[in-house]
Amino acid sequence: MGRTLAEKVYDAHVVRHAEGEPDLLYIDLHLVHEVTSPQAFDGLRMAGRAVRRPDLTIATEDHNVPTTDLLKPIADPVSRTQVETLRKNCSDFGVRLHPMGDDGQGIVHVIGPQLGLTQPGMTVVCGDSHTSTHGAFGALAFGIGTSEVEHVLATQTLPQTKPKTMAVTVDGALPEGVTAKDLILAIIARIGTGGGQGHIIEYRGEAIRSLSMEGRMTVCNMSIEAGARAGMIAPDETTFAYLKGRPHAPQGADWDKAVEYWTSLRTDDDAVFDKEVVIDAAELTPFVTWGTNPGQGLPLAESVPDPASFSDPAQRQAAERALEYMGLTAGTPLRDIEVDTVFVGSCTNGRIEDLRAVADVLKGRKVAGGVRMLVVPGSMEVKKQAEEEGLHEVVAASGAEWREAGCSMCLAMNPDKLTPGERSASTSNRNFEGRQGPGGRTHLVSPAVAAATAVTGRLAAPADL
Amino acid sequence: MEAFTTYTGRAVPLRRSNVDTDQIIPAVWLKQVSRTGFDKGLFSAWREDPDFVLNRPRHEGAGILVAGPDFGTGSSREHAVWALQQYGFRVVIAPRFGDIFRNNSTKMGLLPVVLPADRVEDLQTRVEKDAALEITVDLDKREVRYADVVTSFDIDDYTRWRLMEGLDDIGLTLRHADAITTYEESRPAWLPTAV
Repeated sequence: MGRTLAEKVYDAHVVRHAEGEPDLLYIDLHLVHEVTSPQAFDGLRMAGRAVRRPDLTIATEDHNVPTTDLLKPIADPVSRTQVETLRKNCSDFGVRLHPMGDDGQGIVHVIGPQLGLTQPGMTVVCGDSHTSTHGAFGALAFGIGTSEVEHVLATQTLPQTKPKTMAVTVDGALPEGVTAKDLILAIIARIGTGGGQGHIIEYRGEAIRSLSMEGRMTVCNMSIEAGARAGMIAPDETTFAYLKGRPHAPQGADWDKAVEYWTSLRTDDDAVFDKEVVIDAAELTPFVTWGTNPGQGLPLAESVPDPASFSDPAQRQAAERALEYMGLTAGTPLRDIEVDTVFVGSCTNGRIEDLRAVADVLKGRKVAGGVRMLVVPGSMEVKKQAEEEGLHEVVAASGAEWREAGCSMCLAMNPDKLTPGERSASTSNRNFEGRQGPGGRTHLVSPAVAAATAVTGRLAAPADL
Repeated sequence: MEAFTTYTGRAVPLRRSNVDTDQIIPAVWLKQVSRTGFDKGLFSAWREDPDFVLNRPRHEGAGILVAGPDFGTGSSREHAVWALQQYGFRVVIAPRFGDIFRNNSTKMGLLPVVLPADRVEDLQTRVEKDAALEITVDLDKREVRYADVVTSFDIDDYTRWRLMEGLDDIGLTLRHADAITTYEESRPAWLPTAV
C-alpha cells in the first residue's frame, strides 16, 4: 500500500523503532524564541548537558519585542529579562540568534522560510504551536512544550507516536476576493477546533495548488486551530521557485539532488488517509469569526448566530458564553459590527503578500475616524521589502501605523494590546478571551477584510467599498 | 517528573468547552524565566469573578479538574501544565484534549484522563451536588472510581509506565545515543544548517 506525504517524511526520520515504545524521531531544524526556552536551557544547565546540534538550531526574539523604539531597552522589566535570558542562553550554548534590531529578526515562523532553512521533507519543531506553518513546504512541522524543547536541545530527537493522517481536499478555484485566510477559517468552522486532533492534515486539491507559498503558510499555520499539530502541502514548482536562491537553500548540484528528492514527496495514489474532508472552493466567500474560538466563524454575509440553533449542548453553551463575552446579539448582521482597532500582522498574515493585499485596499483611502490600525510586518526583512515597494507610504497615508517586526498584538505580550471591551478585526490566529489584551474582543479576518474594515469602521470586504 | 500511580481526592467541575491554554495561563504570566510561581496565574482572568468555580471554598484542596471537551487547545505553552500542577491539580478529566497540552502533561506527571462526554457530565453533576465526593484515579488499573461507578480509561502502555515510574524522557533517549549518531551520519549533505 502506498504512503501519504506525512508518512514518507515521518518514516525518513525514524532513528529507532521498537515495539511498544514511541519512535525516536530526528529533528532537522529547531526554532527557538524567548518565551518557551528559558526553563529548557536551565534544565540543560542543571543536568550538565550541551546543545547536541547548535548548527540545527536558530533563535529569534519575537513574542515580547516592542514594535516601536527598537533602539531603546524594553520598558517592561519582565519582558526585558526574558529577552536578555535568551541572549545569554544562546551565547552560552552557541546558538545563532537574531536579536531585536538585527536585520534578520522577526517572527520565528517568518524567518525560517525567509532564510530558506525550512525545506521540503524536513522535520521542524519549535516551542510554539504555530510551527505548523512550515508544513506549507512539505515539512513535518509541529509545536512542542518546554520539556520537549529541552529534549530536542539535548538529543536532536523527540519520542513520537506516528500520528493519523487526514486529507482536506479543496476542489475547484477560489472565487475572486477569497483568500487563503478565508479558506482556512472556513475549514476550521467546518471540522471544528477538535476536528484534526491526533492527525496530521494534508491540504490537497486545485485551490491549494493554486495558492502562493505565503497563502499556503497561512493555511498550514492555522492547522492547530483545527486541533491538528501539523498541516502539510506537497512541495511543487511553487515551493521550489520560492526556495531557489534563498540563503540556506541548496545550490548547484545539491539543488538538483534536493529537487529530485522533494519531487518524490507526494502522497501515493493508493495511499489511504484515516479521515477525509472535501470542500468546494466555489462556495467560499470572505469569512470572519464571531466568537471566542477559531471554529466560531461564518461568511461575512451572515449574521451573529442564535445559540439555540446549535444542537450540541457544549456548542450551544460555548456560543452563549461567546456572545456574552463578545458583547454581541444574535441576529446582528456581521457587517454591522463596529470595530475600534484593526491589527495586521502575525505568523498567520504578516508576510509580504499580506501587506500588499492591505496596501491595495488602503491605497487612496483613509482609515475611518476613531479606528486605530496597526500594520506589523512579520520580520525586518518583510518590512524592508515592503518599504522598497512603497507599501509603508500607502499605510501611513491612510492613517494607519507602520510598525517594527514582531508577534505584537496577536498575543499582547508586548505593549500592543486591546483594552477591556475594545473590539478588533485581526489577521492573527486566535480569538480566545483576552488573547489580544484582557477583556479584548477579537474577530479573525483576512488582510483584505482587515483593510476594508479599517476604512468603513465595520466588518467589511473590499467589494463593499 | 513526579511519579503517578493513584490519586484519591475531590474534584472541581469546570463546565466549559474549548478551555484554551490562554485561559489556563494568560500570556502575561509567560514572561517568567523560572518554573515556579505559576499557580497564581492559573485561570487568572476567570478567577477575577468571585463566582468562578475555583473561588468556591467547598472546592478548595481538590486535586482533580473535570472539564468540557477540547481542554487545553491552542498555544503550546507548558506553563499551563505547570500552573495546574502548582495550584494542586494532579489529574484533568475531559472528553477530549488538545494534543500538545496532553503531551506536555504526560511529560510533567499531570495525568490527562479521557472519559466519554456523558461520563464527564455525570461526574460534574455529582460533584456539583456533593463537593466532598471522593474520586479515585487509578493509573495502574486505568480506572476512575467514585460512589458506585467504576469506569475505565485508555492510556498507552508506554506513557503509563513512564508516568508510574516518574521517568525523564531525556535520560531514556540518551540510552540510544549511538542510534542518533548513526542516523546523523546517513543524513544527506545538502540539508541546511543554521550556521
